[in-house]
Amino acid sequence: MSGADHALDFARPLGASGPSQPQWHADLRGADFRWAIAFVLPYVAVFFAFIVYPFGYALWMGLRPPLYEDLFTDPIYFRTIVNTLLFVGIGVNVKMFLALLLSGFFLRPRWWIRATLVAYILPWLIAAAQAAISFHWMLIGTPGLVDLLLKAVLGIDGPEWLTGRWLALGSDIVAYIWKWMPFWTVIFIAGRLTIAREIYDAAEVDGATGPRRFIHVTVPLLANLYLVCTLLSTLWTLGDFVTVYLVSQRGPADASQVLATLGFDFAFDGAQPAMGVAVVLSALPVLIPIAIILMRRLQLAEVHST
Amino acid sequence: MRSALAFVRRARARRWVRRTFVEGGSIVLCAAVLIWSLLPIYNLLSIALDPEEGEVEFDGNIWPPEPSLEGFRSAIMQDARYLEHFWQLYGNSLYIGIATMVLTVAIGSLASFAVSRLRLVKGSLLTNAAILTYAIPSSFLIVPYYRIMHTYGLLGNHWAVITAQVAFATPFAILIMQLYGSLIPLALDDAARVDGASPAQLYWRIFLPLMAPALAVSAIFALLLSWNDYLYQSVLLSVENMTLSVTQGQLFEDTDAPWNAMMAAALVYVLPPVLLLLALRRYVAASLSLSDIKG
Repeated sequence: MSGADHALDFARPLGASGPSQPQWHADLRGADFRWAIAFVLPYVAVFFAFIVYPFGYALWMGLRPPLYEDLFTDPIYFRTIVNTLLFVGIGVNVKMFLALLLSGFFLRPRWWIRATLVAYILPWLIAAAQAAISFHWMLIGTPGLVDLLLKAVLGIDGPEWLTGRWLALGSDIVAYIWKWMPFWTVIFIAGRLTIAREIYDAAEVDGATGPRRFIHVTVPLLANLYLVCTLLSTLWTLGDFVTVYLVSQRGPADASQVLATLGFDFAFDGAQPAMGVAVVLSALPVLIPIAIILMRRLQLAEVHST
Repeated sequence: MRSALAFVRRARARRWVRRTFVEGGSIVLCAAVLIWSLLPIYNLLSIALDPEEGEVEFDGNIWPPEPSLEGFRSAIMQDARYLEHFWQLYGNSLYIGIATMVLTVAIGSLASFAVSRLRLVKGSLLTNAAILTYAIPSSFLIVPYYRIMHTYGLLGNHWAVITAQVAFATPFAILIMQLYGSLIPLALDDAARVDGASPAQLYWRIFLPLMAPALAVSAIFALLLSWNDYLYQSVLLSVENMTLSVTQGQLFEDTDAPWNAMMAAALVYVLPPVLLLLALRRYVAASLSLSDIKG
């Protein structure tokens, strides 16, 4: 393989450089097929029992027009949609962009940068609930750690973070970025490492260094990885429950609800399970196209088809 | 001659200024990243080290005036209120996390092996279906899960959470394994076939050892998915099977809770993922660089 083959370059069908059809394939096919079926059976079972069935159940519970009439006329629903768009839109894009930039920074060969990377990974290893609790304590109180530091360092009185809708939602977004940026940074570091050294050397000969190298070499080579990760992260962020549940605690007075927490509240606190399902199913028109683009982009099928 | 020397000297000075600027900037950026990453952890630590019980976060100190390990002691010795069953809670978290991790790696690697190495007919259907799982975020299915686990007779049991987490961790594991596995030449399998290896032997003797880095990444991903979960554990588990995360989150309304012990417990809770990452760091680094299998 040449150095230009990128393990994480999803756009390129890797099978193109794979080996040709072996000779034994024809006569062992029957036995192989039975083995293959046996090997995929556990996953197929899990998929049908714990993905297809619950999803079908959700559709059965939630696809009733009267539910949506109630839902769309409820003012909290509109507010929740706005919050969710902000949470996902800002949370995902800021996180991914900073992760992309930082992944390049962390590859610089300096010991203090390596040491910083170790500390930077820690938020990823701290359980989401504990991280959210820490953020809650830092921001709430009279005053919490953040306001104390603002007072001590800058001499200003910090705001009450969790008593207004926008600051509460902003706190959720910051906590979410804090928790998940390391994970995506590691993915981007992996992606950058697959860019062959020769490509950078060639670019340097042509005079592309610093920002120009980033724009003309790194960005085109990582574009597909970036897109795939952003789509996946969008889906996961839409489903994020624990940040809003524990950092701003949906408050003040439900002002910072997102779809995942609102659905939960309808179902378990409000004892309206069908309504809870309807809340989250209302995101399907957005979720399905994203998942289909993601599936097409990954092209796992082509990777092994030759 | 003199002007040429001056030119060289000036160029050198400019390069020195530029390098100092870049290195200085990188140190400043490191400091900013450290503050950003460590501040919430410092916050956990400073509350954990506060000797007083209750309302410790309101006392207006950036650092507890008399730090003490009392919080850690009472958490570990199960003296603190709410943490009378600390080790049981911890054990439940570990049981669920490890079971999710092992099953995800096993099920994912079997499926990936069948699709990529045995070249299962229509195997792409399986990988695509796996990716489509993420069209529905796991938290969106909590209501049907609650009903379904009741039907399966698993409600309250560890396995209600384990199965749900495996269902959502395995697609990512399959994705990683497909990407990584595509770098391992099929000629290796063919050579073993000539020597008479069965598919089971291929899986065990060739596929798993060569895939170690991808397996390690999948294992860490699965354990962290389980560690980060709050919703499924809080809804699907009975009281005696409850995990530490959920217990801590549920105490928010009680301002009189022993928060130093709670935060000490939170810090102790970080250890398993850290230890796993340390244990597997060689493989993770290998999967990051891909150097040892790229010919």
